[in-house]
Amino acid sequence: MSTLVIQDLHVAIDGKEILKGVNLTINTNEIHAIMGPNGTGKSTLASAIMGHPKYEVTSGSVHLDGEDVLEMEVDERAQAGLFLAMQYPSEITGVTNADFLRSAINARREEGDEISIMKFIRDLDKKMEFLEMDQDMAQRYLNEGFSGGEKKRNEILQMMMIQPKFAVLDEIDSGLDIDALKVVSNGINEMRGEGFGCLIITHYQRLLNYITPDHVHVMMQGKVVKSGGPELAHKLEAQGYDWIKDELGIEDETVGQEA
Amino acid sequence: MTVETKLALTEQDVRSYSVAKQEPNWFAEYRIRALGAAENLPMPTPDKTKIDKWNFTDFPVHSVESATFSSLAELPEEVKAIVTEGQQSVYIQRNNTPAFIQVSDELTSKGVIFTDIQTAIRDHENLVKKYFMTNGVKVDEHKLTSLNAALLNGGVFVYVPKNVVLEEPLQAVFMLDDAQTSLFNHTIVVADTNSSVTYVENYLSTVENATGIVNIISEVFAEDNASVTYGAVDVLDKGITTYVNRRGVANRNSRIEWALGLMNDGDTISENVTHLVGDASYGDTKTVVVGRGKQKQNFTTKVIHWGKHSEGYILKHGVMKDEASSIFNGIGKIEHGATKANAEQESRVLMLNEKARGDANPILLIDEDDVTAGHAASVGRVDPLQLYYLMSRGISKQNAERLVIHGFLAPVVSILPIEGVKKQLTEVIERKVR
Ligand SMILES: Nc1ncnc2c1ncn2[C@@H]1O[C@H](COP(=O)(O)OP(=O)(O)OP(=O)(O)O)[C@@H](O)[C@H]1O
Ligand SMILES: [Mg+2]
Repeated sequence: MSTLVIQDLHVAIDGKEILKGVNLTINTNEIHAIMGPNGTGKSTLASAIMGHPKYEVTSGSVHLDGEDVLEMEVDERAQAGLFLAMQYPSEITGVTNADFLRSAINARREEGDEISIMKFIRDLDKKMEFLEMDQDMAQRYLNEGFSGGEKKRNEILQMMMIQPKFAVLDEIDSGLDIDALKVVSNGINEMRGEGFGCLIITHYQRLLNYITPDHVHVMMQGKVVKSGGPELAHKLEAQGYDWIKDELGIEDETVGQEA
Repeated sequence: MTVETKLALTEQDVRSYSVAKQEPNWFAEYRIRALGAAENLPMPTPDKTKIDKWNFTDFPVHSVESATFSSLAELPEEVKAIVTEGQQSVYIQRNNTPAFIQVSDELTSKGVIFTDIQTAIRDHENLVKKYFMTNGVKVDEHKLTSLNAALLNGGVFVYVPKNVVLEEPLQAVFMLDDAQTSLFNHTIVVADTNSSVTYVENYLSTVENATGIVNIISEVFAEDNASVTYGAVDVLDKGITTYVNRRGVANRNSRIEWALGLMNDGDTISENVTHLVGDASYGDTKTVVVGRGKQKQNFTTKVIHWGKHSEGYILKHGVMKDEASSIFNGIGKIEHGATKANAEQESRVLMLNEKARGDANPILLIDEDDVTAGHAASVGRVDPLQLYYLMSRGISKQNAERLVIHGFLAPVVSILPIEGVKKQLTEVIERKVR
């Protein structure tokens, strides 16, 4: 079993503090969902875990099986087993999806032990079929001209090819049509198991209808303010966030405010 | 003030060279006139680059005699790698010697001419007279055009007759394996009415510490309804100062498409002009460049619209490293009367070091109202968010940068029609940006 432990994480961007002490522990074989109103720091948490260059961790820690993640470069974090499906994936002209994925896989292998092209193509074909992606997406330039939904599917394809220990999925459901939502959920469920833990950032219960989370957390003002089981997500879907704000005496939930 | 440059060769030298090459008298006279003109003509004036201290006229020897190859198997490895297996029509020039030629049966049976320029001057006088420095490059444009004619010592001649559509690309390799070699290469590619041809050339130094100079002129003609795809990869040694002028003339409803990988390690002035003369003619220029060391380069790409409904596209992507500096001039010019013409261009420069310099100058000169035109230009560094994205998949920073750079230069690499050349350009890029 692997564990990702986030302790009292404070993060600033351009000198402005966004995360104000996040605590969260995720084990493999667990799926956590983070919900919360817009602008409350969910993507900031995801970016800080992965090591986005603009986000500065001012205090707190992130450990993966005892290893200090914050000491690692972005690629080392990925190699250690972290994966982030980004809310807004970059487009990279001139680099085909297939070449990029092969580089990512080979980055995890010793020089001289690169994956055989045949095996790679077989793997890729299978997973693209699973995600109902058009085969020619493999030869298209990375995310270039992809529709919103295609980009999201492509993030899940990468996750399935790379097989990380922990995946953070930032609004993987936004922009997906109903069928695509099912397909993407199948992809995530396929990964579910002993060697895989997942943190799903979402605004909607509908994704969680397909992927039942073990834990649900609510973020406001740059902190996790409430945690519970799957029933918490149902309650949020039905009642919105006001009851939590009332309960905790929060007037403005965004990060600019102090509780 | 123009610097007085004494020319290295006399009229007598040129005359005896011409005799040795068994050239017809008219060409000897042409050379002599050009040599006379060269004495007084000014140097070219590439915009924003001062070249008065550059050496384009002083060279150790005019012509190097080299051994020929009796088969492709004899080629040195670097050259062999470029010539894809199964490539049917290949010309190899070794220094100044036509060293090998292989012409497919298809070419021969269809009446295509594919030969070295000096053979063409002897055997195809009428065609050479029609196209040599008449409608394309003029002999008296400046000192270097006239010197090219006067001292011509290499090049290729391609003529595709009317209605002949060639699927297989023609390949030419100009290899320099003698450090003293200088080139005054002149290449002519003619696609006659309704014909189509793809021509790919390599300029390749396989020795270091070269001491020669290189002066290249290519003239490309697409007659009515014809199509020419012209690929080039230049990889000349650091010691060589290059002037390269590739010019196209597109007639009615014809196409000229350039894919140029300009990878010289020495100082280079490159000029690529396409005249869209005919109505509905189409010109597309794609150029990629990597500069490194203390290299100074100027890349001027120009598309001139004369024909109605003519379409011209310019794409230039340059990567600048170390202390290299480059000027990228992109000029779309629409002449009066070229109604419904469309001129588009994009110039982008990636700078990899603090000391590297890149200057993108997109220019539109429009003398007609009823046209469309656009340009985009940018000079910057590798996007940190792209690097972050790639690294978040486990790819090292160095490899991520590599991927982004190869992607940036892919517009030319991906369209080069000969596998070996495509692979070579990828490897040259790899070597240069490392
Ligand atoms: N460069 C910046 N300067 C100042 N504030 C910033 C900057 N970048 C982000 N922020 C702020 O940080 C806050 C948290 O942003 P974040 O993207 O983490 O929110 P989120 O919870 O993911 O929201 P959403 O649900 O809309 O995706 C927002 O208020 C945002 O405006
Ligand atoms: Mg967000």
